[in-house]
Amino acid sequence: MAVSVDEAVSTGPARDRTPPARRLGGRGRSALEVALLTVLAVVMLFPVLWMIETSIKENRDVYAVPAQFFGFTVTMDHFKDVFVGPDGGRSALSVAFLNSAVVAGVSTVLATVLGVPAAWAYSRLAVKARKDQLFFILSTRFMPPVVVVIPIFLMYRQVGLIDSKLGLILIYTAFNVPFTIWMMKGFVDEVPAEYEDAAMLDGYTRLQAFWRFTLPLLVPGIAATAVFALIFSWNEFVFAIFLTSSDSVRTAPPAIAGLIGGTTTDWGLVAAASVVFALPVLVFAYLVRKHLVAGVTLGAVRR
Amino acid sequence: MAGIEVTALHKRYPDGTVAVDHVDLSIDDGELFVMLGPSGCGKTTTLRAIAGLERQTTGDIRIGDTLVNDLLPAERDIAMVFQFYALYPHLRTRDNLAFPLRAEGLPKAEVRERVAEAARLMRLDSLLDRRPRQLSGGEQQRVALARALVRRPRAFLMDEPLTNLDAELRADMRTEIKHLQGELGTTMVYVTHDQVEAMSLGHRIAILNKGRVEQIGTPLEVYNRPASLFCAAFIGSPPMNLIEVEVADGKLRSQGGLVLTPPPGLPRDRRLVAGVRPEALEVTEPGAQRSVPARVVSAEWLGDEIIYAIDHSGQRDVRVRMPPTVRFAADAPVGLRHTGGTPTVYDVHTEELVA
Repeated sequence: MAVSVDEAVSTGPARDRTPPARRLGGRGRSALEVALLTVLAVVMLFPVLWMIETSIKENRDVYAVPAQFFGFTVTMDHFKDVFVGPDGGRSALSVAFLNSAVVAGVSTVLATVLGVPAAWAYSRLAVKARKDQLFFILSTRFMPPVVVVIPIFLMYRQVGLIDSKLGLILIYTAFNVPFTIWMMKGFVDEVPAEYEDAAMLDGYTRLQAFWRFTLPLLVPGIAATAVFALIFSWNEFVFAIFLTSSDSVRTAPPAIAGLIGGTTTDWGLVAAASVVFALPVLVFAYLVRKHLVAGVTLGAVRR
Repeated sequence: MAGIEVTALHKRYPDGTVAVDHVDLSIDDGELFVMLGPSGCGKTTTLRAIAGLERQTTGDIRIGDTLVNDLLPAERDIAMVFQFYALYPHLRTRDNLAFPLRAEGLPKAEVRERVAEAARLMRLDSLLDRRPRQLSGGEQQRVALARALVRRPRAFLMDEPLTNLDAELRADMRTEIKHLQGELGTTMVYVTHDQVEAMSLGHRIAILNKGRVEQIGTPLEVYNRPASLFCAAFIGSPPMNLIEVEVADGKLRSQGGLVLTPPPGLPRDRRLVAGVRPEALEVTEPGAQRSVPARVVSAEWLGDEIIYAIDHSGQRDVRVRMPPTVRFAADAPVGLRHTGGTPTVYDVHTEELVA
């Protein structure tokens, strides 16, 4: 391969561009760096650490003054309480987690199933007034969701979707579809249309060409988009608290919030529920981390 | 094998842009036909319409005796090679080649045989087990050509297939494509914006501009008698000099006094432009016979020739092609002399050839 002039000369002056800090000597600088990063990490992670600690402390240690960082008795009772009710059956919280999983999962799947083909169509086909349509789709996200809570509450009451999982699924899907279309359109634009052209000349229909050739190349993008949609649905609080009321429908965020208040607050239970609530998204994001990084950086890399 | 007949092809996009404006093309069986033009001239849209990847607004396309307007791309029995090679990234070379045949549902033995034949023809035998990303640009292009070959289609459509290759490889592949087309005798429609490619490959060239056909002709016809000012400026490197002239005393005379032999049948009372190829002019010592005074603006030393840019009575970009032995310094006063035959003459307003 021919080496361009830019590539050929870039190694020389590159040394001069090294930041001054590096010339002070690696060890001193790295010690400072490590110290700063440690401080930053402590500040950022303290609430998380405290939540985890509280979730495994006995109640008297939770309220101990001065607070105990180490040497408390470890207990898993709070985690047991998250899942098992006082009567030995399923707790209200465990039902809420199940509801959250169903609502977030189904709405993410729906948004992906609707949004990916739509993004493909906007990217590939000569749609009339494409720009206006895309702007309209984006504009539905301009407004803070909380603004439409009351109208949606009234509408849902009319059609009987209040206090139903279907209602939550629909509203989350409605919020995730525009996001999915916009994010996926970028990914579809990156996949050369010639693959589909070639496949169509080879005897496939347009849809088959999309399904067999473009879709497999979109998997990283779909994974990245789905993670964001899932996180949105999983974390959503405002609509969940307005549109649901019964324990059998309520999702985890309002359920956990509902633990606070009343005469006493069982902070151990709140912390344990929060840990359980945080885990699935972390695990999911970890599983698809390769796709996530590839997905988010895809647009930045030149073909 | 079949000819291609394009009649009054018109393509208008939903936003109102007209990409192809009533284009007529008649491509013979076994011809290597080049569509040449700048980007946005409608050449690729025309090709995609022939392939069936784009539906024309009006107009007819026939391949052989078949009217293909309503046929799917796959039913038109054609193969296409893309600028971006469009090899399936997850398939090895062997499977990329076999893919269109398997889609057709041919028996395994025949698929194997045809893949081997195409691989031999394009010298791909050692690359059959590699994936596209393990191939160089030139190798990928050879695989793309082979994938078009295995189909044994009635026509090949090539959409700027050499644009992504570096200059040396491009020249090699050009020879290869020309040789291949001659050997197979297949109809080939070749789209490019590179006039050198068009001149060296095409049996005939169609020059397109703004969705319209400006000229169709053999490379020599197109070079010697460009049908419009656009064609004159597009073909040739450096392009034809366009010099404003007047008819006086039975001669064509430029503002600076350069005298040219007029072609017969010139209209009177019109503003005219003469098209003069750089090799039909000569830079001389100042005051040489039949020369007019001029000045060297710059010189490009190309080794086998020198291209002079000459200031001729205010027109600073008159190009002259000279052998490397004739040397003048920049800014030197020189003479400019016309040595070629009758120039082509264009109307300034219609921009078309008048004689």
